[in-house]
Amino acid sequence: MGAGHGHKLHFHGHSPIHRVPAHLKLLTLLAFMIVVVATPRDWYPAFAVYLAVLVGVIAVSRVPPTYLLKRTVVEVPFVLFAVLLPFVATGPQTEVLGVSVSQHGLEAGIALLIKGTLGVLASLTLAATTEPNELLLGLERLHLPQQLVQIMSFMVRYLDVVTGEMQRMRIARESRGFTARNPRHWPVLARSAGALFIRSYERGERVHLAMLSRGYTGKMPR
Amino acid sequence: MSTPVLDVRGLAYAYPDGHQALFGVDLHVHQGERVALLGPNGAGKTTLVLHLNGIHTAGAGSVSVSGLPVEKANLTEIRRRVGIVFQDPDDQLFMGTVRADVGFGPANLGIKGAELDRRVMRALEQVGMAEYVDRPPHHLSFGQRRRVAVATVLVMEPEILVLDEPSSNLDPASRRELADILRSLDVTVLMVTHDLPYALELCPRSVVLSGGTVVADGSTYDVLTDDALMTAHRLELPFGFDPRTATPRP
Repeated sequence: MGAGHGHKLHFHGHSPIHRVPAHLKLLTLLAFMIVVVATPRDWYPAFAVYLAVLVGVIAVSRVPPTYLLKRTVVEVPFVLFAVLLPFVATGPQTEVLGVSVSQHGLEAGIALLIKGTLGVLASLTLAATTEPNELLLGLERLHLPQQLVQIMSFMVRYLDVVTGEMQRMRIARESRGFTARNPRHWPVLARSAGALFIRSYERGERVHLAMLSRGYTGKMPR
Repeated sequence: MSTPVLDVRGLAYAYPDGHQALFGVDLHVHQGERVALLGPNGAGKTTLVLHLNGIHTAGAGSVSVSGLPVEKANLTEIRRRVGIVFQDPDDQLFMGTVRADVGFGPANLGIKGAELDRRVMRALEQVGMAEYVDRPPHHLSFGQRRRVAVATVLVMEPEILVLDEPSSNLDPASRRELADILRSLDVTVLMVTHDLPYALELCPRSVVLSGGTVVADGSTYDVLTDDALMTAHRLELPFGFDPRTATPRP
């Protein structure tokens, strides 16, 4: 495993947005999301304003837009769902490009797409301008229960280790001539996932031993 | 002689599944010694190590550290006195930054503020990692992580440093750097290893554990040159290495 690179979602920088304390950014993101979700779905000008605000923030943060756009792929499953909605929903029908689709489904799909994209972009901007550790400290300052913050900090710490392990398992599979191409290969992937789970579980036990060995008694020192 | 730092007497242990790993182990380590614990895979080395700080409780026999028996009531003090560096630094380093990780042990002992900072920096200086204090451990190289793992234990000012396979997975330069660090420390060391040249280089004394008992205890040179003993317990010198002709360290 290599050394010296930052987290994949984080874009190193020194903009004013990078310098805002993490807990303020978290609260702002939460407020922004609530406003976006609460906006009635046919108030299109309002969404345009939200997008303009977001684009403004991104511009100030000097994170390249392509950097964020590339990472919006996490939204793909929701996009698929939004595209399907007009076809599966019921109610009055309407014509789009010569295809008859559900009126409600179409509106719901567009709204889902708009709200989802705004949410994903805003979250990515937060992730790009805030170090994971800063984020955890921010959550702590917001008085999120200690246990939850600790669980998340372990997740941040071991994310790279577990993904590294997953990569090595994939390379080992492929080195022996296996690539998952169709559903018949899924059982193999499922077994790999099981093995990964057990390995991670056992690592958890070893980490716990290491913690006990250094005097851990059930509470994180503060 | 004075009270040994580590005093293991007649230690026997069976795992909950009935597998008996240790059959009456006797081991004494005195202040300032560096001892290698050798033995084939499955000899019970790790099981023995986990008894030294009370992770496992002796089935029979006893373990004491500088006269203090390893018992539930003393666990906090025992775990301060016995510092174990585990084989995989990713198991040992679980906090977000090197500073938090090295500080974890002393913070559990109730040390905080400037004193905690001072001890963290001192431990990191001892392993030459002070400049990495604010880095996340998973961004360090393997050799650097191993050194930070040693610091997480040194910071507790232990009476005995127990290392599980300290040279495993290290490149030759990191391996040598770690040897230099271990030699520079003024602390009693028990080193579990398969790396026999490393044992010869660092530890004047070796103990061989095989089949759950101690089968040899003597100078590392004598152990490594006793061909009958070596063969009987699956110990082999690496190709081209002969302790009889190895140049001793100046």
